[in-house]
Amino acid sequence: MKSTIYYKTKKITVNLIIHLFLLTVAVTCIFPLLWMISSSLKTQETIFKDMSLIPQSLNFANYYHAWVEGGFGRYFLNSIFYTVAVVIGIVIISSMAAYAFSRLRFAGRNVLFIIFMAAMMIPIQGSFVALYVLLNKLNLRNTALGYILCMINVGLSTSIFLLKTFFDKMPKELEDAARIDGCTKLGIWWHVALPLAKPVLAVVVVLNALNVWNEFILALLIFDSRPLMPLQVALMTFQGEFVTRYPLLMAGLTIAALPIIILYLLMQKYIVKGVTQGAVVG
Amino acid sequence: MRFKAALENYILVFPAVLIFSIFYIIPFFSVLQLGFYEWDGILPTKIFVGLNNFKEIFTDRVWWQALWQSGYITLIALTFQNALAFLLAWACDREIRMKNFYRVLFFIPPVLSEVVVGLVWQWILNGNYGILNHWLTHFGFANLTRNWLADPNTALTTVAIVHCWKGFGWGFLLFLAGLQTIPRELYEAARVDGANAWSTFKNVTIPLMIPVVIMVAILTILGTMQVFVLIYTMTGGGPGYHTEVPVLRILASMRGSSRFGYACAQGITFGVILCMVSFVQLMISRKARN
Repeated sequence: MKSTIYYKTKKITVNLIIHLFLLTVAVTCIFPLLWMISSSLKTQETIFKDMSLIPQSLNFANYYHAWVEGGFGRYFLNSIFYTVAVVIGIVIISSMAAYAFSRLRFAGRNVLFIIFMAAMMIPIQGSFVALYVLLNKLNLRNTALGYILCMINVGLSTSIFLLKTFFDKMPKELEDAARIDGCTKLGIWWHVALPLAKPVLAVVVVLNALNVWNEFILALLIFDSRPLMPLQVALMTFQGEFVTRYPLLMAGLTIAALPIIILYLLMQKYIVKGVTQGAVVG
Repeated sequence: MRFKAALENYILVFPAVLIFSIFYIIPFFSVLQLGFYEWDGILPTKIFVGLNNFKEIFTDRVWWQALWQSGYITLIALTFQNALAFLLAWACDREIRMKNFYRVLFFIPPVLSEVVVGLVWQWILNGNYGILNHWLTHFGFANLTRNWLADPNTALTTVAIVHCWKGFGWGFLLFLAGLQTIPRELYEAARVDGANAWSTFKNVTIPLMIPVVIMVAILTILGTMQVFVLIYTMTGGGPGYHTEVPVLRILASMRGSSRFGYACAQGITFGVILCMVSFVQLMISRKARN
């Protein structure tokens, strides 16, 4: 018989190796971000010489320059505006549709639902070419509205799926009570279904907020004029113009990344839920 | 009364259907249509050219190179990234301290935007001032330093690895969710039967995880074949055409050479290829399940 000490040492060694492995990967995950922040605090002179993670002197001027001169204040507000507008649009439109698909009986219901779900699985390659043409025709290119509508469409299918799955499992009694009280279907959707759907709405909000904030290609094609650009496109433009001004670029990147990281840390429960549920259909 | 009730049903779905029709259905069919035309995107006249665009694709060397390169990145993501994700998930699926800490960190890269990831890594990998080359020199591997993203020999693999860095956390989450659905009693039973860690892993974990593995594999392939923003921000397809991928080519046909019809034809070709890939995978997963 092997002694208990043998088993204990073995267990500790195994755990140690596992932790070492996990820690190495964790450091690799976080290092580029720390390096980004560290670089954003160096100056144009020190950035090519000072290779330490903690800069010798902290220089916050880059944030001021990026925010004011680089125009990132403007881009930041644009991104916030697009994100909020799109998320509100998606929440209202997709929850209405999901409620109808889940609870109401009408001709064409199944066909419509299947089309929505198929769209989730078949991304059209090169759809951005056609969208560009279409928005030009509608005079919606280079407008905030055009971008917002496009992005609402992008998030629609997944959101409808998540919400419908929730509504399918929701008990019907409350709705029946509301109906007897004379509530219309729209009224039931607004007063009963939406408040009950709060947990899944949180998932929908967070997933779509991430998606809109990080979106690049449509914004690149839709916006020509700078005052309308969101952060992601502005970053690329900025990088093209100030190739070697790394501290400033890193400050801009930090401005773009920080809100997402904070949102993620606060809402990670919902993100994890959304990712695992969303993948099941994909 | 009845009419009013039906009307209400349609009012609820109307906004979704309207937006979806305008921004998904119409573009879908106009891509299919434009693929048969030669058009610069501006002139009011489009010239019908039949299958010419598709014939041209067959002889478009850069297009096939781009397709092959996205296949290469996909292969690396499929093996290296998913193996890493699975190992990490397996390591986290046990009584271990700081489990949540790891889980939170591993999912940070996937929530970041591709632009941020691309530009930060470009800075890290910079040939002259990048921290990676600095460290390599510092620790005595000066002969390994190179301009990672500008050297034709390393650019594609470097891009692929950054792609894996961004994506593994996502596979990790799905694998972990899968592992947690395996009933603990099965592990207990295996231990009582005297199975060691390896045979438990082989005979309990792996068979139960096959559906999740297949799902992650399908999503990885479809996702990675369409990769481009990361590459757009890191190399723009260069050096030469060494990191070109299909979606970048479509974008180049549209913006670079103003050939909207050809861009759509490329889109259709690529879409068909992806459909075939997912069809093959569906067949394989059906077989694996039976």
